[in-house]
Amino acid sequence: MKYLMTYLVRFFFVILMMFSFVGITVAQEEDVEPSFSATVSGLKIRSLSQKGKAIEQLVLFENPQKIVILQALLDGHLFEVREGGRVVIAESKDEKNSIVDAENGKHIGLVDSSAIKKIKINNRLRSRVRSLIANLQLNSADAELRLQAVKTLSKSIKQEDLQRLRVLVDSEKDSDVLEALELVFALDDMDNSDKTIRLKGIEALKQKTSLTAVNKLQALLEKDSEDQFIEPDAEIRKHANSALVKIQSRLNTYEVAQTVFFGLSLGAVLVLAAIGLAITFGVMGVINMAHGEMMMLGAYTTYVMQLIMPNHIGLSVILAIPAAFMVSGIVGIGIERGIIRHLYGRPLETLLATFGVSLVLQQAVRSIFSPLNRSVITPEFMSGSWQINEFLSLTWNRLYILVFCLLVFALLLQILKRTKLGLEVRAVSQNRNMAKAMGIPTDRVDAMTFGLGSGVAGVAGVALSQITNVGPNLGQAYIVDSFMVVVFGGVGNLWGTLVAGFSLGIANKVLEPYAGAVLAKILVLVFIILFIQKRPRGLFPQKGRAAES
Amino acid sequence: MLLKYFGNDKESGVVLLVLAAVTLIIPVCNLIFSAGSIFYFSAYTVSLIGKYLTFALLALSLDLVWGYCGILVLGQGAFFALGGYAMGMYLMRQIGDRGVYGNPDLPDFMVFLDWKELPWYWSGFESFPFAMLMVMVVPAILAFVFGWLTFRSRVTGVYLSIISQAMTYALLLAFFRNEMGFGGNNGLTDFKDIVGFSLQSDTVRAILLMSSGLILIAAFILCRWLVKTRLGRVVTAVRDHESRVRFLGYRVEMFKLWIFVFSAILAGLAGALYVPQVGIINPSEFSPLISLEIVVWVAVGGRGTLYGAIIGAIVVNYGKTVLTGLLPEVWLFTLGAVFILVTIYMPDGLVGLWKRKIGGLNHE
Repeated sequence: MKYLMTYLVRFFFVILMMFSFVGITVAQEEDVEPSFSATVSGLKIRSLSQKGKAIEQLVLFENPQKIVILQALLDGHLFEVREGGRVVIAESKDEKNSIVDAENGKHIGLVDSSAIKKIKINNRLRSRVRSLIANLQLNSADAELRLQAVKTLSKSIKQEDLQRLRVLVDSEKDSDVLEALELVFALDDMDNSDKTIRLKGIEALKQKTSLTAVNKLQALLEKDSEDQFIEPDAEIRKHANSALVKIQSRLNTYEVAQTVFFGLSLGAVLVLAAIGLAITFGVMGVINMAHGEMMMLGAYTTYVMQLIMPNHIGLSVILAIPAAFMVSGIVGIGIERGIIRHLYGRPLETLLATFGVSLVLQQAVRSIFSPLNRSVITPEFMSGSWQINEFLSLTWNRLYILVFCLLVFALLLQILKRTKLGLEVRAVSQNRNMAKAMGIPTDRVDAMTFGLGSGVAGVAGVALSQITNVGPNLGQAYIVDSFMVVVFGGVGNLWGTLVAGFSLGIANKVLEPYAGAVLAKILVLVFIILFIQKRPRGLFPQKGRAAES
Repeated sequence: MLLKYFGNDKESGVVLLVLAAVTLIIPVCNLIFSAGSIFYFSAYTVSLIGKYLTFALLALSLDLVWGYCGILVLGQGAFFALGGYAMGMYLMRQIGDRGVYGNPDLPDFMVFLDWKELPWYWSGFESFPFAMLMVMVVPAILAFVFGWLTFRSRVTGVYLSIISQAMTYALLLAFFRNEMGFGGNNGLTDFKDIVGFSLQSDTVRAILLMSSGLILIAAFILCRWLVKTRLGRVVTAVRDHESRVRFLGYRVEMFKLWIFVFSAILAGLAGALYVPQVGIINPSEFSPLISLEIVVWVAVGGRGTLYGAIIGAIVVNYGKTVLTGLLPEVWLFTLGAVFILVTIYMPDGLVGLWKRKIGGLNHE
């Protein structure tokens, strides 16, 4: 009997074993069986829990396409084709949708919006997808992606994420990513129950430049409705306060840096606008009121170049630089030969005649292109900004214009110093009669100088087209400013123009937060008017006999 | 007989006579004859001619400084606009509680900006004599300060032109600000009465035209007298050779300053007469373009003659009215071309052309 029992138990055991074995194989089959494409198809299922499962499943595959799919899902670009049910990533393009196979990233073609159906998710799934993407990106080889992932995760950090991050920190080499990781840990430390850890967290935050850090520290110092500190521990409060002061002082530095940058970029625009004027005014003693319109022509040249080559915006802007130089330069030479030549020695009349030219040019542009502003597209390499940290970002277009301004300035300086034309220009500006006596063809020099000055204005117009509206009034907006720069810097002195442009730009931006943009401008104008009283010949007056004429 | 009084300067006499005729006949015809009669001038014509007369006064004021003293002011419009604003403030106070918001003390735009009381600089403007005083005093003060600073430090030529342009540009920006308390972008408008009489009535329009004409005539005679006095002759000498006059012992900057201030007062008066006739004053009057246009009027007429400025202002503005009505696109082309052609081919303006023609005839 006992034997029988044992036998039965054994039998049962074996059966149990068999069942469990079968169970294991079944389980294994469930794990392995759904292929990548089946999982992707699983995303189509209406039920959100099923969809969630499919998403979790998808992450396990070693297919690089998975991040693309998840991102598309998050952005609402994931669709299913109504016929055939293929999952695709669609991007709307001129009322049609260009669709790409989600599984392999192959381009399929253009379809109508009605042919595809969006795959929807709810907020819970969305945040899950976001953190999944972040986790995937954390292990990416691209430091930029890792940084982005850390930032995404830090927005709503969970304990499991933290652990993953702590593992990551040992192998991380990129300083930006490390910085972001330290911030996450420090923020987490502050919520710890252990006081020493909290203090350590505050200490670490001191070095961080981040809005989250500032908010977190400020929260520690807040009072409740009964005027009691929410944070009971005085020592923590003291440390938080000192950390906050430290961060604040660093923020102030960034603010100053930002203001200086804005000032320099405004100054660069002013210098570009004024530098051509400085040449013509310095050499010929005439005020060219049509100078602003030369810039306008440059800006419109950029616009036309973009019309000619709509598919190469970046290239068109670069080609517009020599084109604008030619267009404005030739118009400038035309003005000199046709009008200014007849008014030699009568600067006030020249001023009036060139103003007439400016009116004609404005109206010409209005009649040809329409009185409305034209839009000039900013090329890709110039858009966006260079984010140095959370508080300091420099826009690329302004940075490029600053560099461009310095390049133009250096080039012009070299032309005046090294070339024959430059030598003649300097000679004429110092003493016209003597230069004539020495055999310099002053007539030709005048024409070339005017062409050069106008050409530079045209080049300035290309730069302006990237930051302001291109319209018939573009020149008018800058003409008074450029006069101010020239007069402030001292006529006939390129360095003076440079210094004047940058200092006026910075002064404007420094005053702006206190006085507002318009009042700042008025103050600067009044300052220049008063300054001219003290030093009628500007910051760097011309020396020698020319100064007397 | 009257022409005899002018001696060699017959042209001045003719201009004066024509002005007097216009000043008398048009308003009287407007009031006596009814619509339909060939002698009738419509209310529109009356306002238009009144406007031309104020522009002529403005041109006259510029010719005094530019033509006789050689100072090319590119900010004469600023004095005109300041006079206009002073008048506008008086007219705003005359509205009383008939504004949209019905506030007896505050103009509509202040109620709109949620201001509680009148700013201090608005006080006194409910009185007509005070406002008229301010029409002259405010531009005079600006001209005095600006002139005192610039002439003393011997800022001349294009530099002076440019900073006077900067001055009017700064004022343009300032008056655009709502915080200034002058109505910001929209300026002052919706006027109802002047010294108790409706601005819409024909009689008031006629009287405004008459006063514009009379003040212009008075200013013209005064300017003619002024340039013939010793002061005027020194000023002309300054124009022709500034340093020589200085070496002779004259305080050049003082002569320049007084003529500049006087011219600013005339411009202010022109502005004050202009505003009730067009019914609005806004910051655009400060724009550098307006000031440059004034220069064209004088240049077209012929600078340094006084009556040339009057002719120029009326001819150019008549041309503007006709052209902007018929072919708005062509106006700027024409104005630009006029600028260029006048400076190159007609340095003495229309008056110069006329004189040359007469001279040519006499030679034959």
